[in-house]
Amino acid sequence: MNATTLPLPVATAALGTADDRVRLFSRLGWTAIGIAVVLIAVVVPLMALVAPDGSALHLSSYALTLVGKILCYAICAVALDLVWGYCGILSLGHGLFFALGGYAIGMYLMRAIGHDGVYKSDLPDFMVFLDWKAYPWYWAFTDHFWYCALLVVLVPGVLAFVFGYFAFRSRIKGVYLSIITQALTYAAMLLFFRNDTGFGGNNGFTDFKRILGFDIYAQGTRVALFVLSGLTLVGVLILCRYLVTSKLGRVVTAIRDAESRVMFCGYDPKAFKLFVWTLSAVICGIAGALYVPQVGIINPSEMAPQNSIEMVIWVATGGRGTLFGPVIGAFVVNLAKSVFTMIAPEYWLFFLGAIFVGVTLFLPQGIVGLFRRRRGGGAA
Amino acid sequence: MSRPPQPPEAPLDWAPGLPRDSGVAGATSGGLDARGGVIEGARVAPEGIDTSHTVILYLEGVTVSFDGFKALNDLSLALDDGELRCVIGPNGAGKTTMMDVITGKTRPDSGKVFLGQTIDLTKHDEPSIATMGIGRKFQKPTVFEKHTVWENLELALKNDKRWWQSINSKLKSWQQDRIASVLSTIGLAGETRRLAGLLSHGQKQRLEIGMLLAQDPRVLLLDEPVAGMTDEETAELAGLLATLRGKHTIMVVEHDMDFIADISEKVTVLHEGHVLAEGTLDEVKANETVVEVYLGR
Amino acid sequence: MAMPAGIAKPGAPAGPLMWRSAFSACSWREWLVVVVALALLLALVAPAFAVTADDLKPLASDDFADKATAVDTLMSAPDERVAAILAAMGSDQLFFTDETHFYIGDGTTYVDAITGAKAEPKADALKPVEINNRVRGKIDSAQSALALLSPDRGVRSKAIETLAGSPDPALAKLVDAAVAKETDPALKARLELVQAAFALKSDNPATRLAAIKALGRSENPQTRLLLLPFVQKNADGSFVEPDADTRAAAQTSLDAIDRSQKKGELLGALFSGVSLGSILLLVALGLAITYGLMGVINMAHGEFLMIGAYATYVVQGIFRSHFPGAENWYLVAAIPAAFLASAIIGAVLERTVIRFLYGRPLETLLATFGISLLLIQASRTIFGAQNVEVANPSWMSGGIEVLPNLILPWNRIYIIAFSAIVVALVWAILNLTRLGLFVRAVTQNRAMAGCVGVRTPRIDMLAFAIGAGIAGLGGVALSQISNVGPDMGQSYIIDSFMVVVLGGVGQLAGTIVGALGLGIVSKFLEPFSGAVLAKIIVLVFIILFIQRRPQGMFALKGRSAEA
Repeated sequence: MNATTLPLPVATAALGTADDRVRLFSRLGWTAIGIAVVLIAVVVPLMALVAPDGSALHLSSYALTLVGKILCYAICAVALDLVWGYCGILSLGHGLFFALGGYAIGMYLMRAIGHDGVYKSDLPDFMVFLDWKAYPWYWAFTDHFWYCALLVVLVPGVLAFVFGYFAFRSRIKGVYLSIITQALTYAAMLLFFRNDTGFGGNNGFTDFKRILGFDIYAQGTRVALFVLSGLTLVGVLILCRYLVTSKLGRVVTAIRDAESRVMFCGYDPKAFKLFVWTLSAVICGIAGALYVPQVGIINPSEMAPQNSIEMVIWVATGGRGTLFGPVIGAFVVNLAKSVFTMIAPEYWLFFLGAIFVGVTLFLPQGIVGLFRRRRGGGAA
Repeated sequence: MSRPPQPPEAPLDWAPGLPRDSGVAGATSGGLDARGGVIEGARVAPEGIDTSHTVILYLEGVTVSFDGFKALNDLSLALDDGELRCVIGPNGAGKTTMMDVITGKTRPDSGKVFLGQTIDLTKHDEPSIATMGIGRKFQKPTVFEKHTVWENLELALKNDKRWWQSINSKLKSWQQDRIASVLSTIGLAGETRRLAGLLSHGQKQRLEIGMLLAQDPRVLLLDEPVAGMTDEETAELAGLLATLRGKHTIMVVEHDMDFIADISEKVTVLHEGHVLAEGTLDEVKANETVVEVYLGR
Repeated sequence: MAMPAGIAKPGAPAGPLMWRSAFSACSWREWLVVVVALALLLALVAPAFAVTADDLKPLASDDFADKATAVDTLMSAPDERVAAILAAMGSDQLFFTDETHFYIGDGTTYVDAITGAKAEPKADALKPVEINNRVRGKIDSAQSALALLSPDRGVRSKAIETLAGSPDPALAKLVDAAVAKETDPALKARLELVQAAFALKSDNPATRLAAIKALGRSENPQTRLLLLPFVQKNADGSFVEPDADTRAAAQTSLDAIDRSQKKGELLGALFSGVSLGSILLLVALGLAITYGLMGVINMAHGEFLMIGAYATYVVQGIFRSHFPGAENWYLVAAIPAAFLASAIIGAVLERTVIRFLYGRPLETLLATFGISLLLIQASRTIFGAQNVEVANPSWMSGGIEVLPNLILPWNRIYIIAFSAIVVALVWAILNLTRLGLFVRAVTQNRAMAGCVGVRTPRIDMLAFAIGAGIAGLGGVALSQISNVGPDMGQSYIIDSFMVVVLGGVGQLAGTIVGALGLGIVSKFLEPFSGAVLAKIIVLVFIILFIQRRPQGMFALKGRSAEA
């Protein structure tokens, strides 16, 4: 062994290890986050609420909802990136967790309609339509906002935990896991399509009136939901950044690259995977809960396998294994989608299909990777 | 094989050139030593590895079959604590499968596998067997290619490896020192910030061995450690193994006879899933059946 | 028939394993035919009754019970206006301004509900006639009764089936008229059973007894529900039916129904299971080849199915316009055409996209999903978003009657035979030809095969093309039993993935057992749980199964499985 000649303390300092890692973001990163927070929490509300209707600075409720919606998608993308980009688990079923979060808050919103439905009944319209006389048991307490907010976290979390426990225990991975997650969301979609399931069948929940007593279509409410979504995204980004820069993050990426070596190092990969997987599902559920009041509808088509795969392409487009990448990807793909649906809806699928093929073939590192390469290699 | 038993709490001295500072290591190892079973108590039998009968690893009548093909056939083998054992055998003799069984990767169809007197390895999975003190080096060097050399060692370092502990985990200075000394042992001190994937084959082999050292296992399983190494590197590894001898129990599977001649005390020959012969290299070489198996009839 | 989206009939015995709107069965056009036919028939045989404003009055109320009664009143004197009003009610197109003025309209043009004359009501005064599920049930059976008079045998047959399950006394008269007119002996026998079901509610015990005995011959499971009340007890322990003879007769009839049902059900489930399994097999076979050989999970595989089905459609069109005499045999020409179409597109995709992604299964999965989107949209652009019509050749329609309540349709029998032949061919190609030898060599050890001179890229392309071509063959088969549309591939792809997962990768035997097993199990579950729940149960079962055997049923163990 060519024993090193460096005296030890110098070696340690030169390594610059642990101290490097403590820093969450660079100064530039913190500045960007600060700007984002100001934009979300100050500038947008001013533009939407204070700027007069006709002025160039005014933010229409259409634009507000569109961006708010994409912010929710971006949260999902970050969550998906956490499992795919960092842990190598490609989930084709994250739409399920998103939709479950949406359904959980949707139950509250349905109860909040009160007697203002078409049938003026105690029950939601779809239950009247089915001739149901009372709420099924699992609708108990859903008239309390906080209970539903708890469900937003618990339902996707518990489902992901149980599924993940069995899947990771039996070491299902790679494409097998992807296919099984796809089957899971597909099965759930079929279940929610049934009228008997008690979640409004294929119409789902819609025609919401108010949330926590506020008119759900009022500009103020929309702005509040927008700010909440934006700040949640920032929070999720910081949380994920904290995790991936921690030792946990390094173990998780190690699992992605060489799972057996991780096991023989003494780490239990299933515990790490399960943690990241469940966390990701919970974040997706929260995104869904923020999404539903903004768009005013949740139905089983949110669980369609295609929706989940689209989430994956946001991540791939932006750049997986980076945290800002998925946010960029979610914005790019979804803005393109709204442009296409306005101009040439029939070409949207062509475009989306081309993104799938093009990104996997030519942009394996996504948009972020493109910039990194331009900057000259860049650090890992 | 007369060797004073190793006191379990003795700090390790596998880093030549690093002054043995038992004060530092001793002070910290109280909370972290797996053998004491303080932290990994949830996984390891609290009494640790019982080597009271000098045997540390013990296989008896182990059979593993894959779709009718018996990879291991009634294999029995015992390693004494601190022994360095070489295992040789033609391709398909079951060497890798044997390591799979010991490390929990493959469950035997029948037979006993014990670590010390008390721990039944067939009842544990890979991570817990690893925390109990069995480290393994793969045939093909397996390191975390997207991590730096330093991070590879950090991940391997003996530590609390449960997931919630890792969220806020930070290396203490004595742990950093340990990593640094492993780095110098394996000659990669100048490469700490390089991605492991960018290392040469020989460097990866050394890094993987370094990870085992950082893991500080009682039993080291090395699957063809010198494959792809230069002669110089091979000689260095032989030197390293010589320093580890007695402190760790080592099992080396190897094809390189010169290397084995360099390091071996006792050699076991595997053939068709069970032990064909056992003894010193010269004894084994003189054994007619062994010659027959290697050279064919 | 435009159905409000809120109603999805649970557990509809629709098609194989996939979920479809159960109400696509009767189209708006079919109803139009019925209405016109009714108009003609009733004009000849019945004295002209007219719907009066009084009849409709209850429809304007808020009380759903009143509305149900109003439907009965209307049906006591059915004519084409009644048919039109009911159809409009069923599709939410009946409106009123006040209790005497009712209009049928689609939002732009309106006719007076009573006279059928064009009308121009004030749009803002219009209120819709709302219905709930009970009223809708009423309307459905009324429409079935009206459909009894349709000239189309199929429509009549379907109507009889619906009516037999829920005989509504208000419709008895109409059924009597239909029995008198029915010429088809099979339908007439079934109609008489419906009549018997009505007679059950008669006040005359002799009539009831005769009806009960007659119903013992019924093959309709819902008849059971009609007979059950005769053997049940009241809350106080006394029998609902006081006459012991009648009770005994009812019990005998019930047993007879149960026996014939059970036998038919069992065989029927087995047959439809095998039939579904054979379709899944055709889809999964190609998937198993591409995955086994190249490790490529092809998400666009379902679209090769679609390409095959559209190729069949095109060939049918060519035969119709160029060889009208041979139209019955277009299917024979469609088989090679579909295989080639899918195989060529498959080969092109392999060369242009997939080969760059070998060894990156997750990326391949995404890229092939993109390809599937492109192919779906392309077929929409070329053939339109609507389903196209592919007709069964005459030799495939009809079926063999195995049991009175079990008819095995020819098209399904042919499909089972067809997939058996395809499996045999694939086996032969893999095991008896040089190409098969190369394919197996590449599957086992790509690098080594390359070293001994196998041109692996060529083998990859051929194998991928064959896999795609087999899916195309599946498309031909599918075109004979289900709708051909741009999305058709999506319905089967998840199931066929399950087959591959279940059977183990790259294992022909595993794929066969997996496909047939999946088909049969889901068909056996369906009667107990409904199609949707059956599907969910199967998916959960597969997830649990993978717990036990992560590599599938027929997987290799040991070293080779790790590679």
